[in-house]
Amino acid sequence: MKNNTCFHCGDDCDRQSITFQEKSFCCNGCKTVFEIFNENDLTCYYDLQNSPGAIPEEIEGKYDFLSQENIIEKLTEFRDGSIEIATLYIPHIHCSSCIWILENLNKLNPNISDSQVNFGKKTVRVTYNSETTNLKSVVLLLSSIGYEPYISLDDFKSGKQQINRSLIYKLGIAAFGFGNIMFLSFPEYFEVDEFWLEQYKPFFRWLMFAMSLPIVFYSAQDYFISAYKGLRARLLNIDVPIALGVSVLFIRSTIEIMFDIGSGFFDSLAGLIFFLLVGKFFQQKTYDFLSFERDYKSYFPIAITKIDKDGDENSIQVYDIEKGDRILIRNEELIPVDGILINGKAKIDYSFVTGESQTVTKHSGDKLFAGGKQTNGVIEMEALKSVEQSYLTQLWSNDVFNKNKEDGFTNITNTISKHFTITLLTIAVLATTFWLFADASKAMNVFTAVLIIACPCAIALSAPFTFGNLLRIFGKQKFYIKNASVIEQLAQINTIIFDKTGTITSNKDSNAEYDGAILSDSENIVLKNSLRGSNHPLSRTLYHILKENNIVTLDAFEEHIGKGIEAKHAAINLKIGSASFVGNPDTSTVLNTTVHVSSNNVYKGKFTFYNSYRKGVSKLFNQLKQQFDLVILSGDNEGEFENLKKLLPTKTKLIFNQKPEDKLEYIKYHQSEGAKVLMIGDGLNDAGALAQSDVGIAISEDVNVFSPACDAILDATKFEELFSYINASKSAIKIIKWSFVLSFFYNVIGLYFAVTGQLEPVVAAILMPLSSISIVVFTTIATNLLGRKLK
Amino acid sequence: MSVIYILLSVSIIVAIIFFVAFIVAVRKGQFDDSYTPSVRMLFEDELVEDQSKSTMKTTKIK
Repeated sequence: MKNNTCFHCGDDCDRQSITFQEKSFCCNGCKTVFEIFNENDLTCYYDLQNSPGAIPEEIEGKYDFLSQENIIEKLTEFRDGSIEIATLYIPHIHCSSCIWILENLNKLNPNISDSQVNFGKKTVRVTYNSETTNLKSVVLLLSSIGYEPYISLDDFKSGKQQINRSLIYKLGIAAFGFGNIMFLSFPEYFEVDEFWLEQYKPFFRWLMFAMSLPIVFYSAQDYFISAYKGLRARLLNIDVPIALGVSVLFIRSTIEIMFDIGSGFFDSLAGLIFFLLVGKFFQQKTYDFLSFERDYKSYFPIAITKIDKDGDENSIQVYDIEKGDRILIRNEELIPVDGILINGKAKIDYSFVTGESQTVTKHSGDKLFAGGKQTNGVIEMEALKSVEQSYLTQLWSNDVFNKNKEDGFTNITNTISKHFTITLLTIAVLATTFWLFADASKAMNVFTAVLIIACPCAIALSAPFTFGNLLRIFGKQKFYIKNASVIEQLAQINTIIFDKTGTITSNKDSNAEYDGAILSDSENIVLKNSLRGSNHPLSRTLYHILKENNIVTLDAFEEHIGKGIEAKHAAINLKIGSASFVGNPDTSTVLNTTVHVSSNNVYKGKFTFYNSYRKGVSKLFNQLKQQFDLVILSGDNEGEFENLKKLLPTKTKLIFNQKPEDKLEYIKYHQSEGAKVLMIGDGLNDAGALAQSDVGIAISEDVNVFSPACDAILDATKFEELFSYINASKSAIKIIKWSFVLSFFYNVIGLYFAVTGQLEPVVAAILMPLSSISIVVFTTIATNLLGRKLK
Repeated sequence: MSVIYILLSVSIIVAIIFFVAFIVAVRKGQFDDSYTPSVRMLFEDELVEDQSKSTMKTTKIK
């Protein structure tokens, strides 16, 4: 076979491939999607990108809640007459084919008049006719072509988000003013006594004045506000000297043109604010497709099926669940409240909560906790609590989630600005006093000149450009950071706390060990081949672990859902599955997940699955131990204690059996003793600890899907690079310090002109952009060199 | 009146026209998504080709 990957989704078709129109597909779902596209002349989808699709999921009954009026009301952004507009988040959007197919939705459903994709945010905005179709059928259509929208409780908040575009406006106005003022002030730079220029000087000057008004009063208003707030809190932040410089520039320039003393410094003023805003804009790197503010609401469903006394099934909102309600959880649905299992076989995947991906089997009467995902058919449960009072969701009532981490953190620029401002004012006063005696007419001139030229534009630009660039470099390395201050905090860390499951262990690769009677060669062949036909996650894992074997056709193959597989080939009748299914005499309960095998009704043995530690954990810990205190804070039992002890450096503290609140308290306690804590976790149970720590990093196998609220998201494949990322943050602080030195150098030159009373507008107009641009160039080159080292 | 006033006012009017265009563009959300339009632009050809293909097919069948 020349091509063994699915034409639609690109997965391996090693198990059973379906051939249709000379193309191979891994499953019927993929084939169906291809058929839909083929019928509607949309196969262009496959020309744009190779195998761009996703396997459509089973969705029967899942979206019934979308026919409820009040839910449609919340999910649509516009409803009037027959037109409805809804924006849906689709995690699968990843390539140009996705954009193409989603923007051609009207070919699949003519009642959809328009669909527009926002690739960065992974959303599609669908406009449809609500008389001939509805939201539910739009969602079903999207799901049937493999683009299942992700609708969570988070979408349920009332009020649409307003996009804040004020920075773009401010930047645009500053750029407009800067450019035009530069043009207008150009003639005066050369001071030629030309008749025309002399005649129209006042006109030019007042025009510049007019253009500087919106810059000072609109574009620069944030600096004034921040300076005012800083002064009220008795802090000399960097915005104080900036605001001082801007106001002095504006007032002096206005006075100069009023009394025809000179041309003023409007050009420098506009340039200064323009550059400062560019810095702000540059630092504002946002990852649209990531959210750093998620809480449980992003993972919980909007509605759930309630069974009332007569046995009727109704969709109700999750917030309306009351104690005692009977609710129905379908396959792959999330349990929204704590409750007791009534009916059905529960296999709960608590990976959202704990990071542990192996499922837990529950029997009727057992307690189920909110946040688990049912993975095995339909179950019925009785709610014990409402959503907000459940074990997991209670964590969010902790104060730590309402605290802004940036408050109470003095960043490097503000630390230096205190000394800077005091020095600046001292120089200004000293120089003015000197001139008062030497030449009193120049005293005021010198005082303002000092404040103007020393305006810390270059200092204020150092940090935004260094951090902004580093944010981008980290982003390319799949380390996504919320904002610049996180990098600064990362550089000050002295204690690192790891969660165990899902953080230093990997969910993806499991190891399995066989324990029991040795299987014969022919039995091994049948085993491998029967696993090939099964879709169960454990079968697939085991299939990939086992050695390659010949492909044989099985005589009989049957999969018993929730129990195991039965397969027959020649004289061998193999049973693979749970202990009771294969007839295992040993009923002792084991903590680990196992798969049992029997051949011709004789029990052979079992495969036990272990979580494997991530690649490079040991190396990473050995690198880190030189500089940091290391702690493992795990919610699990002590089963892995010995293993971890062997793997990790001896001084690593290992603490087990930690509840979510315990983790939070542990970090709080150590912070009160002066520790700067970096918490690395993954599940919702780490959310409290991530919020309490100075820097909380969430490890994620798939950055699009899951991560609790945190300061940074690290792709799991880059886990071993953590040490170099921390070092890079430290180097960034060094780069900023060096650029401070550079800008002081410019300030000294500028101050020489100012103190000696020879500051001409043209000197300021050259010196200020020069210092700003050279700082930008220096920091950009330095951080790029730093980034190159990371690769 | 001097010609310089006319020239200056013309130049400023032109600048303001562009400035207003910028504000309108931001307001319409053109700066919110800077990636998708760059891809969408390339699809116009595909759509035309697609339509011609389908018309060809239907004529053949008829």
